[in-house]
Amino acid sequence: MTTRHVYENVEMGLKRMKRWRFAKRLLPLVAGMMLLLSGCGRADLSTLNPQGPVAQEQYNLMKLSIGIMALVVIVVFAICFYVLIRFRRRKGDKTIPKQVEGNHKLEIIWTVIPIILLLILGVPTINTVFGLAKDYSDDKNAIQVKVIGHQYWWEFEYPEYGITTAQELVVPTGKKIAFDVSSADVTHAFWIPAIGGKTDANVGVSNKMYLEFPNEGVFRGKCAELCGPSHALMDFKAKAVDQASFDRWVAAMKAPAQMPEDAELAKTFENMCLSCHAVGETNSGASAPNLTGVGSRQTIGGILYNDETPVEDNLKEWIKDPLAVKPGATMPTAEDLGLTDEQLDGIAKYLANYKLDY
Amino acid sequence: MAAHAHKVKRYRGIMDWLTTVDHKKIGILYLIAGALFFGVGGLEAILIRIQLIKPMNDFVGADTFNELITMHGTTMIFLAAMPMLFALMNAVIPLQIGARDVAFPFLNALGFWTFFFGGLLLNISWFAGNVPDAGWTSYVPLAGPTYASGHGVDYYVLGLQIAGIGTLLGGVNFMATIINMRAPGMSFMRMPMFTWTIFITSVMIVFAFPVLTVGLVALMFDRLFQANFFETASGGSAILWEHVFWVFGHPEVYILILPAFGVISEVVSTFSRKRLFGYSSMVFATVLIAFLGFMVWAHHMFTTGLGPVANALFSIATMLIAVPTGVKIFNWLFTLWGGSIRFTTSSLFAIGFIPTFVMGGVTGVMLAVAPADYQYHDSYFVVAHFHYVIVGGLVFGLFAGLHYWWPKMFGRMLNEKIGQVTFWTFFVGFHLTFFVQHFLGLLGMPRRVWTYLPDQGFDNMNFISTIGAFLMGIGTIAMIINVIVTSAKPRNALADPWEDGRSLEWTIPSPPPEYNFKQLPLVRGYDAWWKEKMEGKTEMTPAEPVGPIHMPSPSILPLVMSIGLFIAGFGFMYDKLIVTFVGMAITLGCMLLRSVFDDHGFHIEVEEQEKGVQA
Amino acid sequence: MSAHHHVEGQLPHEPERATMEGRNKILGFWIFLGAETVLFGTLFSAYLALRHNIGDGPAASEIFELSTTFIATMILLFSSLMSVFAVQAMHQHKVKAMIGWLIATVVLGLCFLGLEIFEFNAYVGEGHRMPTSAFSSSFYTLVGFHGAHVAFGVLWITLLILQILKKGLTVVTAPKIYVSAIYWHFIDVVWVFIFTVVYLMGKVG
Repeated sequence: MTTRHVYENVEMGLKRMKRWRFAKRLLPLVAGMMLLLSGCGRADLSTLNPQGPVAQEQYNLMKLSIGIMALVVIVVFAICFYVLIRFRRRKGDKTIPKQVEGNHKLEIIWTVIPIILLLILGVPTINTVFGLAKDYSDDKNAIQVKVIGHQYWWEFEYPEYGITTAQELVVPTGKKIAFDVSSADVTHAFWIPAIGGKTDANVGVSNKMYLEFPNEGVFRGKCAELCGPSHALMDFKAKAVDQASFDRWVAAMKAPAQMPEDAELAKTFENMCLSCHAVGETNSGASAPNLTGVGSRQTIGGILYNDETPVEDNLKEWIKDPLAVKPGATMPTAEDLGLTDEQLDGIAKYLANYKLDY
Repeated sequence: MAAHAHKVKRYRGIMDWLTTVDHKKIGILYLIAGALFFGVGGLEAILIRIQLIKPMNDFVGADTFNELITMHGTTMIFLAAMPMLFALMNAVIPLQIGARDVAFPFLNALGFWTFFFGGLLLNISWFAGNVPDAGWTSYVPLAGPTYASGHGVDYYVLGLQIAGIGTLLGGVNFMATIINMRAPGMSFMRMPMFTWTIFITSVMIVFAFPVLTVGLVALMFDRLFQANFFETASGGSAILWEHVFWVFGHPEVYILILPAFGVISEVVSTFSRKRLFGYSSMVFATVLIAFLGFMVWAHHMFTTGLGPVANALFSIATMLIAVPTGVKIFNWLFTLWGGSIRFTTSSLFAIGFIPTFVMGGVTGVMLAVAPADYQYHDSYFVVAHFHYVIVGGLVFGLFAGLHYWWPKMFGRMLNEKIGQVTFWTFFVGFHLTFFVQHFLGLLGMPRRVWTYLPDQGFDNMNFISTIGAFLMGIGTIAMIINVIVTSAKPRNALADPWEDGRSLEWTIPSPPPEYNFKQLPLVRGYDAWWKEKMEGKTEMTPAEPVGPIHMPSPSILPLVMSIGLFIAGFGFMYDKLIVTFVGMAITLGCMLLRSVFDDHGFHIEVEEQEKGVQA
Repeated sequence: MSAHHHVEGQLPHEPERATMEGRNKILGFWIFLGAETVLFGTLFSAYLALRHNIGDGPAASEIFELSTTFIATMILLFSSLMSVFAVQAMHQHKVKAMIGWLIATVVLGLCFLGLEIFEFNAYVGEGHRMPTSAFSSSFYTLVGFHGAHVAFGVLWITLLILQILKKGLTVVTAPKIYVSAIYWHFIDVVWVFIFTVVYLMGKVG
């Protein structure tokens, strides 16, 4: 009895649905969604514009899950709209609808179908989990990079080459990059959305992950775990270059440090800056970003873009008052350091011209 | 029968509210306090959205922003959502099971006051100038003594610890109430769905909150007594905190949403004039969700680095929750199917809940796909997801429940016209705010960022989101106006004001007398009241003769005990041993008094019942 | 709510379950112990996660004195047994005997506490303090939480003894005695786990 009652209603519903041309009503909505989706964001940032196999695999899973879930949403929305229109109470309607206890067939259907859908989603999920967990830390062909998160900058160490840089990760295209991610202070998360998902930078233990950069270009990286006031500004860049260029970069990094030509300025720089920072081989194991070739980086402090403002101005702005750019940063202001305007200008100029050719 | 002779002092006015042990009044207290904190949390949300309306905005600074997000999350979860659930639990559960009160009326009052003073302690941080700022999850080391050296996180730790005691007491109380206090004939499988969900929620509270207690104790010891639970330099583990927090935190999500499921079940059934479709499968689904809810905490930690085996297992376990949740969604839809659906504010919120919650649910399944979660994790996608389930799920459920039970709680029907304005502004505002946030996350915007650089594709959607937040604010204000307008109207709600009530609360006056049921009802089936109505009866069959009714005495002790804890909290924080000692002495002294002086209660005689004592 | 108030002398066999309030109290207390189980479970988990992280401090095997803790275990087990006898006496309405057993329970509980203080004192002397290492923090928190439970139980049962002396055994006081006994057994069971997980496993490695 109850089953038939429900089925009759389903049939009636289908007829009415056709009559109302439900699809036509939905069209503008669908069109709007497409428009929204077509704006997939910046190619160097968005997860919807994958620029590497890892992000691509994750994007494929996203598409699969969005597809399955869209199906579920459409079914629920359709039934929902239908019942709301079909079964709304007319004014003064005192009739008592049939009190249906349930329906085993239907209940089995909406238990089994989701299980099947989840299986379809679950199998590739497990595959990818294990696929992305592959460890390339012993792979001779992979480039090893040690990533260390600091409040609020990123340190990149290349143990095979004995070099360290900051804020701008440089990698060769076409190779697997094996990352070993950890943190020096609080938990951060290392994320280059267009290239692949994130992993946490924990204190005391390190996480392994790999990424691949098939295309040359500069990709935006972010910190994805709340790490203090300037969490929002803890951006970095990942620059993928061809192998030859990468080799030149490594060689340039290993070359002896260029110090300011002016001896007095060099002394100031050494006393004021190199107590924390480092250039070239000098003072390795520094507690602040390595400045080798800082003039050729895309940004100063990760967020002051050198293509918008000249690098020298950015450097001045930063050195003058780092806290104004990044609240909570640990670098002292120029005033605290006792830098004169002249010295500040000199150091900014020197650093702006400290470029690596690769 | 010695107890009859006892004269108990009965208070009036403000003292009545401070000493009440009546579950209906405690429900109202929870509602007032919850609404207050909801207002505070909402204001924080608006400030957050104003800050994010455009790139590189400097409306509030980085520090203030982190304080705002921390307090917004903590306040909304622990001090707004939980108490408003407790408001509905208190107002409705004893009535639905045909009881005269909860199992432990005194503990009930104590639960409220500890929650309230815990919440107060947390929010005093704004005035103390030391506000928690490590996020509502308070991940260490950021929340540890080294990186949060001020007293901000101490307020978080102690405020939540004290409020948590209240919640735990509530959980114990409602579990015992539902097991022991049901009216004759009300077997477990005849309990209304809301009662079922509250029962399961209470079980989850009992098993989840102690984990938070231990976590907070450990963090407090680290911060105050130089312990090393989370201090990596001395062998502690920051990841241990993540585990402890989420072993509690994930069940907490279900503690919040299950009652909303219960409300929706009641509202949908009443306003479609139909029996809840698939009642027993609904019960089973609820139990299953609760069970699975304890098994999936690590899906909050996919990027922590637990390894592929853990990630795969927790992925699949998480996906499984979709099955019982889907069962619920379809059961609601098929309750509506073939019904006679009446659109009131309450049913609009319930109906709005269904598609909204489905959207939150499907993004949940998407997040369960661990490798894809490496992209979603800690991005605005997650922010969108949990607001869809918590606001679109829980808050819609709360609004539905409040409009539905308002006449029962206060004897007045809320204004339907203003109610519709509330619904539409809140509903549209909600989707406007949070739908775009999914895309913000996918485009690469991390969560908890106080600002963002221009030209990253974030600008327009953030603007839309902020506009939506204002609309939600207007919806909330409309609700407040509604409450004020309604309170000026006469108290004339009928016992069964929606006319299609199905459960026992609709068999007694609105608002009910102090003792709820003059005679305990005899329950003859599921939807007890509907069953009687359909057989042409106008009232329940009584299960006992009319007689004097024993009531517990009011007491000021719960309030004083909570004040003691509040004082002790300050003592701990500012390392003033004497203050701690005084606070604890007050609390323990009250416990002593409570144990030594027996509460004989008092009786409401039959003549007094005839006069109709109103709560 | 309408409780049957039994007049003294006409107590039923199980006076603790005679009233609705009594039955609620017992059920509620069992539920509370469920929460306590989770609480100690979490403390145990934290301890197990951190027990090897000794930093510069001493290791478990270096400081634990099994003989002391074994005596403490025996004392607490006997104390629990005393509380069983107390409840039996209560069921037979032998108030004086019940009070005697309760006093024995409390005295043994105090002995246990004394031993624990002695033990902690010795550890502190060996450089094993709260801030020493992650192991020491989790050890003191777990064992200290248990100790605090014992101390609370001692105070509680003492208070109940005084109440019984004043009010006698009634349907109001009986549930209190009963739940305090369940509580006492619970902390005894927790101790057995502490003895096994912390002390025995600590000695073995």
